[in-house]
Parts: sequence; structure tokens; C-alpha cells
Amino acid sequence: MTALVLAQHDNAQLNPATLHAVTAAGQLGSDVHLLVAGHGCEAVAAAAARVQGVARVLHAEAPFLANPVAEDLAALIVGLAAAYEHLLAAATTTGKNVMPRVAALLDVAQVSDIVEVLGPDTFKRYIYAGNALATVRSLDAKRVLTVRTTTFPPAAAAGGQAPIVSAAVGAPVGLARFLGREVQRSERPELTSARIVVSGGRGMGSGENFKLIEALADVLGAAVGASRAAVDAGFVPNDYQVGQTGKVVAPELYIAVGISGAIQHLAGMKDSKVIVAINKDEEAPIFQVADFGLVGDLFKIVPELTESLRRAKAAA
Amino acid sequence: MRILVPVKRVVDYNVKIRVKADGSGVDTANVKMSMNPFDEIACEQAIRLKEAGHAEEIVAVSIGEAKCQETLRTALAMGADRGIHVEAPADVQPLAVAKMLRAIVGREQPGLVVMGKQAIDDDSNQTGQMLAALLGWAQATFISKLELADGRAVVAREVDEGLERIEVTLPAVLTVDLRLNEPRYASLPNIMKAKKKPIDVLTPGDLGVDPAPRLLYLKVEEPPRRQAGVKLGSVDELVTKLKQDAGVI
Ligand SMILES: Cc1cc2nc3c(=O)[nH]c(=O)nc-3n(C[C@H](O)[C@H](O)[C@H](O)COP(=O)(O)OP(=O)(O)OC[C@H]3O[C@@H](n4cnc5c(N)ncnc54)[C@H](O)[C@@H]3O)c2cc1C
Ligand SMILES: Nc1ncnc2c1ncn2[C@@H]1O[C@H](COP(=O)(O)O)[C@@H](O)[C@H]1O
Repeated sequence: MTALVLAQHDNAQLNPATLHAVTAAGQLGSDVHLLVAGHGCEAVAAAAARVQGVARVLHAEAPFLANPVAEDLAALIVGLAAAYEHLLAAATTTGKNVMPRVAALLDVAQVSDIVEVLGPDTFKRYIYAGNALATVRSLDAKRVLTVRTTTFPPAAAAGGQAPIVSAAVGAPVGLARFLGREVQRSERPELTSARIVVSGGRGMGSGENFKLIEALADVLGAAVGASRAAVDAGFVPNDYQVGQTGKVVAPELYIAVGISGAIQHLAGMKDSKVIVAINKDEEAPIFQVADFGLVGDLFKIVPELTESLRRAKAAA
Repeated sequence: MRILVPVKRVVDYNVKIRVKADGSGVDTANVKMSMNPFDEIACEQAIRLKEAGHAEEIVAVSIGEAKCQETLRTALAMGADRGIHVEAPADVQPLAVAKMLRAIVGREQPGLVVMGKQAIDDDSNQTGQMLAALLGWAQATFISKLELADGRAVVAREVDEGLERIEVTLPAVLTVDLRLNEPRYASLPNIMKAKKKPIDVLTPGDLGVDPAPRLLYLKVEEPPRRQAGVKLGSVDELVTKLKQDAGVI
């Protein structure tokens, strides 16, 4: 059996989410091939070849694949699919956009966002915003899967020596065109792979007040996240959102500040190792999942915590 | 142009669901059901497009048990013009839903399908992409901004890195994200009017689609529960706990 994993990248660097998908693919008992489709992405193909557990890298190169739209990426994957029993991608917005299109073109029912591999056709996945865990068996001969990155450790990014072969690229489908991307550049770690995440909610009151969250994050070397309410209120950009419909994170430490703990938020962070909640309402549901809680005004507690950590750091 | 809006009836997002003790699924008896929140946003967007003169008619579609007609009435009360109910088992899966929608697109010839990005019960996030594939149409998923002009849609998509802008040729399938708009509440007169709007009832057989599942849900269980921890008295106590007990900082 062989599995094809869609490598995600920006033509310069391999997105680490890919490494988690490679691990899931390895657990299927298959050989793992990585598909690197892009333009001027030789460095990514080379990085893909070094990933441990990868037996072959397929390199598809064309100008129209520089920022591929789902129509083109799906057509490419479907063209390669005959040789594979499993087709996978990390459940990022790219994976979620492309893989169902692949599945439908192959007449396969996709299993979304798997959190465990029980066998080549049987998987676990969450339903109802993480409030139920389902064991699902696919009856199709081929399986199309997206992988929740937080529950599979990353494959080692070095040590492999897979051959790179070029993959034939057809003509663009021509139905959609990439226009541009507004990327939030930040010096902080990336939200989904950070070791520590500090998130703010509606309780922050304003975008300006998120400075308190950022100061705390910086002293911890943490990423910054947010509840949907904070994003909707315009305090922070959409890509900060943690939850059922945002990003799923599972850091070693998650600090929720001024977040009530709605199930839709918990769906995105309750697999964190240690959870801290800071909230003035002692009945807030976030305390039901928090290991450590501080009840009180965040505008007093957060600066105090930042200062205390700064002092501890200086003393160490 | 006609716009098709698929709407799913789901357990209301405020309900704390219960997993059945025998592992066969989630208890949906006597719980509040609503239109999938993303589908309300899709419906709202279709109505705004009609109000802006981009569309003449909005057709809402729901696939599932008889009670889906209540969900269709909600869409009609918001402003959809008519409904199509495909009477089918409650748990038709995304691929079969997409095939039924394809057949309905064949009958209705819409210029746009606007739908939710994700159903909050199965959390699949598949159906729109599958429908676009089956139709050979363009897809614009997770959109938070939409402009129509000259047979094209220019959209902003919510992606992990931030926002992406793409242009798609119509007809197309759009799947909506939460920030596209804020759905209206139906007014009482509109709720009354909706009762008179037509709903056609079809079967999967009428559409030539086998609704049988291709994914077997072997077991549904409670996820591991987190234990509530301790409330601490001071910031210093927290720092000590994080350092010494948890060892995470
Ligand atoms: C379909 C759907 C999908 C959704 N997806 C997501 C998702 O992915 N992620 C997500 O987060 N939400 C999601 N939501 C929204 C979710 O239901 C909640 O509305 C949201 O999480 C609430 O955000 P919040 O906790 O910041 O705000 P609130 O619930 O308003 O809580 C604010 C908290 O701040 C506390 N507070 C206020 N002031 C202070 C102060 N000075 N000091 C200390 N504490 C203070 C309050 O006590 C309160 O607990 C979704 C909803 C729907 C319908
Ligand atoms: N049974 C259904 N009836 C009508 N629309 C549906 C149904 N199932 C899914 N959809 C549509 O497909 C979207 C995505 O659902 P899913 O792929 O299941 O997450 C929903 O937001 C609806 O717009």
C-alpha cells in the first residue's frame, strides 16, 4: 500500500503541518510519498526528501501552481491517485479546501480531521465540536483523509533521503484565479505549533488592550490566540481564532484570558496539556477545564503575572 | 439569476449534547434543533444579493427527515422564495448530499450555490467542495467578503495565514465563514408569509441518488473528560504551580 500526502508550503519552506500528516500516513502501514506542487519550490522538494519516513517525493512544477487554487491542485492529485490507496493532507485551510474536491472526483467519502488511526480503513474523529468521539470505517477502496495535526507528532524533518521525481502537470482548469494574500507577519511563534499560547476574549474590551496579552505572550515566548468574540469585535485578525471553526491548538500551556469557555472555543484548545484561566466570573465554564484558575479582574492580574514572570526570568 | 441555498437542520449550537450510553450516537430526541449557523449566514447573503439586484429567486434546500421543513420555513421567513425538501434519513453523508444537490442544480439551473462551510454536528467541512467538484464548477470556500460583477465573484477567504483573495467564474459554489455577515431575524409578518410559500418534496430516488452511508460510524463515545483543577489565590501561587508542579515554564 502507498499513501500520498499533500505537502503544504509557500514555495520556500515546508509547512510543519505536513510533518504531522506524514506521521499519520505512516501509521496506515503504507509507504509514504509526498507531493510538492508549486513554482520555484525546489528547496521545498529537497526539504520534503529529508523528512523521515518519506519514500518518494513527487515534484510538480508550473507557474500556475505558485499559489494553486483548489481546482488545479485537486486535478493534479486526482491525476496521480491511481497509484495510491490513501490520499492525505493536514486539516489546514488548504487541506480542507482541496481534499473534499479530490474525494468527490474519485467518488470517495472523505474522513475529515482524523485524530487517531486504528487501521488502514478505520479512524477516530471528533463530532459535535469535540463533544463526541466517533470511530469511523470507510467502505471505499481508496481513502481520502485530512489529519488533525495536534494529535499526531511531527515526523523528523531531517535524516531521510527520498528520491525526488517530477510529476506531470496538466493544463490549468481555469475556473479560479488567485489574486493575493494578506498575511499577518509576526515575530511570535506560529499559533498551531507554539509550545505556549496566550488567548484573549471579549473580556479584553478592545484591540488596544490586547497589548496586555502580547506582553504576557512575549515574556513567555508564546503565540497569541483569541476567541471568536474577540475576532468578531475586531480586536484581532481572523487567523487568531481558536475553536471549532478556527484553529485547533494543543500547546503545553494555554492561558485563556477573559474567555468564558463556550464549547465552540473549548473544541479548539481542550487537548492542551496545562490550561490556565483568568476570568472575573468564578462560574465561567472555562474553569471546568482549567488546571489552574485565577478569579479576578484581568486588567489587574495579567500585568501582575507578566511582571512576576519577567522578574523570575531576570533572576534565573 | 437564481441562487440555491442548502440548509441543514442540526442540534442547536447552545445545546450540550449527550452521547448515548450504548455508543450508537448522540441523543437528538427532545433537544432543540436549528438551522446550521453557517447556513443562516449563507441564507442572509443570498437575500442581500437579491436585494442588491443580483438575483431574482432564492431556493432553499434541506435534505433529511420530515422536520427539515421547519428549517426550510425559517429560510423562507428570512426571505427565501421557495423550498425543496428531500425526504431522506437524518444522517445522509456529505458525498450523498452533494450528489443530491448536483441533481437539484441540474433541475434548477442556479447561477450560484451559497452554503455553510461546515455543519456543526458532523463538522465535516466537505459538502460545498464536493458539490463544486461534481458539477465541474469553481469553488470559493470560507469566504468573509463577496463582490459579484461581470459573471465573476471576487471573494476574501479566511485561511490559516490570514486572508486570501481569489476570483471565480460563475456559476460557482460559495461556502461561507462566520464573519461574512450577521443574519437577520425573521419578522412576524414574514414568518406568517413564509407559511404560504411553496415547499416541493422529493425523494433521493427522484434525484437518482443512493443515500446509503459510505462511512460507517462504528461507535460514538464520550471524549476523555478533563478534571477541573484548582482556583488559586494569587499570581505568585500560579507562577509557582506552573514552574514547580507543572514544569511548563
Ligand atoms: C457556529 C459557531 C461557531 C463558533 N466557533 C467558535 C470558535 O471557533 N471559537 C470561539 O472562540 N468561539 C466560537 N463560537 C462562539 C462561541 O459560541 C462564543 O460566543 C465565544 O467563544 C465567546 O467568546 P468569549 O469567551 O471571548 O466571550 P464571552 O462569552 O462574552 O466571555 C467573556 C468573558 O470575559 C470575562 N471578563 C469580562 N471582563 C473581564 C475582566 N475585566 N477580567 C476578567 N474577566 C473578564 C467574562 O466574565 C466572560 O466570562 C462559535 C459560535 C457558533 C455559533
Ligand atoms: N442534509 C443537508 N441538507 C442541506 N444542506 C446540507 C446538508 N448537509 C450539509 N449541507 C450543506 O453543506 C454544508 C457543509 O456541511 P458539511 O460538509 O457536512 O460540514 C452545510 O453548511 C450545508 O449548507
